[in-house]
Amino acid sequence: MKCREVVELMTDYLEGALTAPDRERFEQHIVGCDGCRAYLQQLRLTLRAMRSVEGVPIPDRVQTELVRAFRNWRSASR
Amino acid sequence: MPGVVESSGSELESLKRGDEATFVSLIQRYHGPMLRLAMAYIRDHHIAEDVVQEAWLTAIRSLDRFEGRSSLKTWIFGIVINLARARRRKESRLLTFTALLRREDPDRREPTVDPSRFTAAGDWRAVPHQWENIPEETLLGREAMQRVQAAIEKLPPKHREVIVLRDVAELDAGPVSELLGISAENQRVRLHRARAAVRKALEDYLG
Ligand SMILES: [Zn+2]
Repeated sequence: MKCREVVELMTDYLEGALTAPDRERFEQHIVGCDGCRAYLQQLRLTLRAMRSVEGVPIPDRVQTELVRAFRNWRSASR
Repeated sequence: MPGVVESSGSELESLKRGDEATFVSLIQRYHGPMLRLAMAYIRDHHIAEDVVQEAWLTAIRSLDRFEGRSSLKTWIFGIVINLARARRRKESRLLTFTALLRREDPDRREPTVDPSRFTAAGDWRAVPHQWENIPEETLLGREAMQRVQAAIEKLPPKHREVIVLRDVAELDAGPVSELLGISAENQRVRLHRARAAVRKALEDYLG
């Protein structure tokens, strides 16, 4: 496997979608290749960055309105 | 699976019982990801906020009928997608002609790394940089986050919806395929291209 191909398999690898033999070849390559190992780590850190994109707080006005709707539903369904 | 833990059966039960604390916790926790999801379809922040609010109102109205076949989170995000798509259709008259012409196949596998970074034999010309030693404040800092968001916003819509659902909202692959009506393989192709684009944007910043 060449680096050019390995980088295109990284999502399949992270998703656990490679066949057992492909997975083994992929991992063998990664162990011996600084470039692909660094690239895979970059992808993992990219995922981490996306998960930490700051949550937007719910506006008070919206929360108040939704809670009121929830209470209405609750009292209507009793 | 994070989705299962976060909206466990007992959370749904509390909600159906009318437990207000559970409801407030949910609307606060999901507001950010729901808004990002709505904005995968709608540019206007205010309209996206409306969609999120409408999604919760729809969820409340349908709560008695929801049987928990999917996780609560998947169900609610599905409502956001439906409402956001309907809203976009209403406004798609505004789509420019060039935007229509630019439409490309989102499911084609194509190189996600600049081919010039490899030798003719397919090895790295120069290896990518190690990000491990980059301090957290930089990697997850304000500038990096803005680059990430800008990169996501620039993606084609069909890549954007997948990456927001998977990597921002952290839904599992199965529910996402179901919500979007796409195969597991197409999901992976879109996800791969989207992640590669975001990685590239971070690399432009971090080196
Ligand atoms: Zn390599």
